[in-house]
Amino acid sequence: MSESGRVGIVLVSHSAQVAESVAELARGLAGGGTDVPVAAAGGTEGGGLGTSAELIAAAAASVDRGAGVAVLTDLGSAVLTVKALLAEGDELPAGTRLVDAPFVEGAVAAVVTAAAGADLAAVEAAATEAYGYRKA
Amino acid sequence: MLDADFFRRWMAATAVSVDREADRLTALDSPIGDADHGSNLQRGFTAVAAALEKEPPGTPGAVLLLAARQLISTVGGASGPLYGTLLRRTGKALGDAAEVGREELAAALRAGVDAVMTLGGAAPGDKTMVDALLPAVEALGEGFAAARAAAEQGALATTPMQARKGRASYLGERSIGHQDPGATSSALLLAALAEAAGE
Repeated sequence: MSESGRVGIVLVSHSAQVAESVAELARGLAGGGTDVPVAAAGGTEGGGLGTSAELIAAAAASVDRGAGVAVLTDLGSAVLTVKALLAEGDELPAGTRLVDAPFVEGAVAAVVTAAAGADLAAVEAAATEAYGYRKA
Repeated sequence: MLDADFFRRWMAATAVSVDREADRLTALDSPIGDADHGSNLQRGFTAVAAALEKEPPGTPGAVLLLAARQLISTVGGASGPLYGTLLRRTGKALGDAAEVGREELAAALRAGVDAVMTLGGAAPGDKTMVDALLPAVEALGEGFAAARAAAEQGALATTPMQARKGRASYLGERSIGHQDPGATSSALLLAALAEAAGE
């Protein structure tokens, strides 16, 4: 698959630092020089804790390469805002999907899988599968 | 019959009352939430009022769709997508009609509340906005004043409930004894509706 066909990944957190750091972690664990488009949408536009529909929409548009966009969220309003934007129909690029996954582990799995050239369904499956890894 | 002007008055009245009650909503949100409900909704409904003033839509449905979009994009907390979904689904149910009756509004609001329950996964008794909205929508068949009273009763009735949704649910039994901020703001929305109707 060409670079232009990579699945895009959007990471939505209540905190800008959390979203950015998880994006950096996922890119790093995927092998550094990966060309997977990953964008963080954390916090509010004013830099506070919360969720911004504007930042989410901009992040999704920035990673859309025509192969779909997988959105991972932390909790509460992040989940609800993405769902509400998807229901609007025209706020997010076509082929955008909210992925049900643990935020950190799911992000790593999604970026690694997308870097291998997988399609949106495979990226989603890999991220969701991260729920299955028990730690104790 | 209720026209676009009625719906604009409803949203404007909501903005005024949310502005007036913002401190109380945030105070209610302090012990069981993250103390931002009042300021979040204040920002959202201020944006709604400004958008409706700038370009007044011509139908009831269009007024609610524009309001919904503003709430989803400006609130910054869970109440944005929840109230946005309530108004968006209600507006869609009203379609392109230039005027709607109270019964039609009641049916449309019921669809809106159903959408809120689907989005948030909340059921009656979970100590959420649903506990004010659902009885209000059911009472709207009797009149606007009845709907306002039912919403107020519903909000008061959340005090002894244990929260099962949202951040307050992490508190378990410690959420008991506090009135739910979301149910309280929903009562404001219904009071504004009665105000717009002159009741």
